Amino acid sequence: MYRYDQYDHAMVQARVEEFRDQTRRRLEGKLTDDQFKPLRLKNGLYLQLHAYMLRVAIPYGTLNTVQMRKLADIARRYDRGYGHFTTRQNIQYNWIKLEEAPDLLAELAEVEMHAIQTSGESIRNVSADQYAGAAADEIMDPRPWAEMIRQMTTFMPEFSYLPRKFKIAVIASAADRAALRWHDFAVRIVRNAAGEDGFEVYAGGGMGRTPFIAYRIREFLPTGQLLSYMQAVLRVWNRNARRDNIHKQRMKILVHELGEDEFRRQVEDEFASFVAMDEDFPQAEYDRIAAYFAPPPFETGLSTDINRVDPDFALWVDRQVVAHKAPGYAIVNISLKPVGGIPGDISADQMDLVADLAERFSFAEIRATHAQNLVLPHVRMADLHAVWTALDAAGLGDANLDLVTDIIACPGLDYCSLANARSIPLAQKLSERFADPARQADIGELKLKISGCINACGHHHAGNIGILGVDRKGSESYQLLLGGSGDEETSQAKIAGPGFDEDGIVDAIERTIEHYRTVRAPKERFIDTYRRVGMDGFKEAIYG
Amino acid sequence: MADALRFRDHPAADEPAVSLDAFLNQPEAASVRIEAGDDVRRLAPVLARTRLIEVDFPKFRDGRGFSSARILREMGYAGEIKATGDVLVDLVWFMRRCGFDSFAPDAPFDAADVEAALARYPYVYQPAADPPGSSWAVPIWKLRHG
Repeated sequence: MYRYDQYDHAMVQARVEEFRDQTRRRLEGKLTDDQFKPLRLKNGLYLQLHAYMLRVAIPYGTLNTVQMRKLADIARRYDRGYGHFTTRQNIQYNWIKLEEAPDLLAELAEVEMHAIQTSGESIRNVSADQYAGAAADEIMDPRPWAEMIRQMTTFMPEFSYLPRKFKIAVIASAADRAALRWHDFAVRIVRNAAGEDGFEVYAGGGMGRTPFIAYRIREFLPTGQLLSYMQAVLRVWNRNARRDNIHKQRMKILVHELGEDEFRRQVEDEFASFVAMDEDFPQAEYDRIAAYFAPPPFETGLSTDINRVDPDFALWVDRQVVAHKAPGYAIVNISLKPVGGIPGDISADQMDLVADLAERFSFAEIRATHAQNLVLPHVRMADLHAVWTALDAAGLGDANLDLVTDIIACPGLDYCSLANARSIPLAQKLSERFADPARQADIGELKLKISGCINACGHHHAGNIGILGVDRKGSESYQLLLGGSGDEETSQAKIAGPGFDEDGIVDAIERTIEHYRTVRAPKERFIDTYRRVGMDGFKEAIYG
Repeated sequence: MADALRFRDHPAADEPAVSLDAFLNQPEAASVRIEAGDDVRRLAPVLARTRLIEVDFPKFRDGRGFSSARILREMGYAGEIKATGDVLVDLVWFMRRCGFDSFAPDAPFDAADVEAALARYPYVYQPAADPPGSSWAVPIWKLRHG
């Protein structure tokens, strides 16, 4: 994976010292809270209900063992012994003291990590396919381009104060594991008939209170013109977005209001002028970065046999292990969704355990996924049993990838000052309701996503089943949505009907799922059945 | 108004800046004021007579002025670009990189804070409209590859 050179180190260290200075000025009263707020947000520091939350960037979801151990160390010394992996492959700490934040950031910098632009009106941390570099179906490793984008978009002066946040995703396979079209800007690396690599470009997606699925605005962008193209998109948005209503300033609103064709035309005009300036990154820089992502030294001639005598292990293999591009290797998904647990939460001891396993069995590499799980990307099949045994002993052995208990949930009203309703207790109740492994397995793939307010951090718009917490006359209420997806067949979930209270929504979801089991065709996933029978096919079962 | 911070040698323009529409209609005018929503590309035909362009920031979170300044430099304008309004010292480096070369903020800057802000970052990751000859004009990728 990528390693900082002297320049990267100097930039991140300068950022730490800048924030230390800004924090000092705030604590001395030289900066008002209003002035300090955007500065701290651009360094990942939110004020939540009870304390500051720090969001640490995990660029394109890739981290190494040294970094994971540092995250554990920080959880112990600056937080309460745990961290929370987010829907954008980052990690958040919920109990941070402002005066300690500069020291925390300095410690992150030692292991080549930062919290730069992880919140506020910034170009956010780039997300990517969590199986990058390991997936059997990718045409290349997308991470060198993601790292290139990280560098291009760090401290971009023209886009210092964008209208809103700007989220980017990068993938390189036909299967979409990164919810590409739910991003403001996203590229899929493709290869044209002439054998040249380029980007298929999407823009204008996003969730929040006004969800839009991104449009494909370019079929093929030569890779060498990425900076020009991104600057063109950002400039069109920065100059033309509304600035009078924070809820209408995301790029998706502009793209929608201008229309796909007019937005594309304006971008192409700006793009031509950027290309003429000839300031794109050279191939040599791509090559330099790509060298860091050279495949690890995979052994050849490995056995592909897996001893399936232990039924619990076999179940875990079938659910959590995915095909790897190198024969004899496998991709291991680590569930952070134990029954009754908090989705995405992980203790410091568990982080250390994952780091140890990565060091012994996965070339020291770990990935975070947008579904709030972890991945060991390069595990020899012969080592799977040892990995499972260790995970299981640490409470990380659940076999529920993409099943109904693999719930995405935002922090909700337990932490977040924006939330209308709690998400975590609901996720816990649902996972307890569907805890039976045989029942989960029978239900099959079902992506359930919970947001505690319309900002949609829990991706309810993309849930096969989505839950949206709302405030109804002063009490928490939950709306049920069906039919969303974040994969290559992206779709937006629709509201089923009137909302429910906390127990009522759990029952309604059970009725929804039982109805699916009744009407499904053989091998039909929940989303397939929904697409076949539509909302009308479910309404009576839900509402009677 | 607070004392202006300038990075130019020649004397400052002393006439008041007029609105973009007025400026386009007044062939004698040399100073123009750009509001956040104005399209600076309309200045293209009259840049030769323009000595000062003030770009206003109605609130510091409104970042349109950054694009305005950089576009002016891309159009070849070499005269003064002054940032006015709600301009914070924490933005000065980004503004310099976009082509601003004078500052008249509503609330005066602390000179030491300006110096610290401009000396903070040793490198830049990407090109912008940096002052000619400044160390920022060379992005990191160029330093890496010579």
